[in-house]
Amino acid sequence: MINRIFAWLTDGAHWQGYDGIAARLIEHLGYSLSAVLVAALIAIPLGLYIGHTGHGRFLVVNLAGAARAIPSLGLLLLAVLWLGPRFNGDIAFLLPAGLVLVVLAIPPILSGAYAGVEGVDPDARDAAKGMGMGGRQVLRHVELPCALPLIMSGIRAGTMQVIATATIAAVVGLGGLGRFLIDGLAVRDTPQTASGAILVALLALTVDMVLAMVQRLIVSRGLTGRYKRVKTFDPDAGVTSPAPALEHVA
Amino acid sequence: MTWLGDHLGDILGLTVRHIYLAGVPLILGLFIALPLGWLARRHKGLYPILIIGTGLLYTIPSLALFIMLPFLLGTKILDPINVIIAMTIYTVALLVRTVADGLGSVPEEVNQSATAMGYKRVRRFMSVELPLAVPVISAGLRVAAVSNVSIVSVAALIGVEQLGSLFTDGFDRAFLEPIIVGVISCVLLALLFDGAILGLTRLATPWQRARESPS
Repeated sequence: MINRIFAWLTDGAHWQGYDGIAARLIEHLGYSLSAVLVAALIAIPLGLYIGHTGHGRFLVVNLAGAARAIPSLGLLLLAVLWLGPRFNGDIAFLLPAGLVLVVLAIPPILSGAYAGVEGVDPDARDAAKGMGMGGRQVLRHVELPCALPLIMSGIRAGTMQVIATATIAAVVGLGGLGRFLIDGLAVRDTPQTASGAILVALLALTVDMVLAMVQRLIVSRGLTGRYKRVKTFDPDAGVTSPAPALEHVA
Repeated sequence: MTWLGDHLGDILGLTVRHIYLAGVPLILGLFIALPLGWLARRHKGLYPILIIGTGLLYTIPSLALFIMLPFLLGTKILDPINVIIAMTIYTVALLVRTVADGLGSVPEEVNQSATAMGYKRVRRFMSVELPLAVPVISAGLRVAAVSNVSIVSVAALIGVEQLGSLFTDGFDRAFLEPIIVGVISCVLLALLFDGAILGLTRLATPWQRARESPS
């Protein structure tokens, strides 16, 4: 079986054309990135605002937990069946599916942005105010950079959720790598189904690693402490370089 | 709402299967994550390896994992054991860090006092560190429980029956009611799991209740 999967994956014919691996991969990335982008444009400003002002804290804290309980497959099928008949052509499934992807990506990004600002060291905030910064400046120059690690973990969690749900969305007719899984299951083409699963898993892993690298690039070294390789003395944490402590926060 | 009335028996059966498919991995996952989290806490070099390794497992989309497991394990694709194992993997991935952080939240003075009182390593772990880590571990377990209930429903796509089957049945027949009932049942089940863990945590941490009501 492993040989048949390998043969399917390495067959050049499966990589070309509008329904080839390359095209499906680009579709999958396209759906996922646009959904995460729209979600981030909504959730990051909102999260920063809530974290900065404290208005609506209750909403964010409960939203993240409640969103986790909603089954994405059910939400997706419900949206397509309910909204689909109101539109014609491909929009009938593209719009509801896209909407669900955005809705699912918002809670993790929102709670990341909120928790990031909320968790900023009050001393740093006071120091900024003491230096004469106004509310907006504190947000822009202190809270936002300090919140970046958690904003990025929110984006990473949201992206993983979207990539997984975009796979499932092949059921309602969406393209992307999910097609190989859903079509393969339907016609019992095992090599195709398994290959699709491997490709989806690889895509998720790669995207997460790329985002991890972006995080490394944009988060200030003053926060991660990556530039000082001095061994810190902390009897509780023992002797470690501080890099993993960042992930610890999430 | 006649559909709901006619199918209460079916829905109950699917709910029981859903509880089984989401609940068993939670218990298995906890028992696997406890020693791993302890290792991550005890050996500093292992912490990043275990956290990154389990984090990578967690990024694999559920449908892909459900489909890949039969090939890796040699099981049949319709066998519910694939879903159990996949959900156990996700639970372990979430809980290893929680257990490590929970054990890390135990004050060092408490551990030293226990050692000074003659507690050996295993007994200290079982009767001092683990009970004190319960609040943190329980918070992680609640997240795992709620997301397990939600993720299990995806298994309807590979033909493993549970509440998610209501989604696919409803969609195939262009019928909203089963999907709505399915979504509500899933959310209620998640709340039930959450409440159960919360209740067990309260029972396991009497000192926290004493702190809440100092009467």
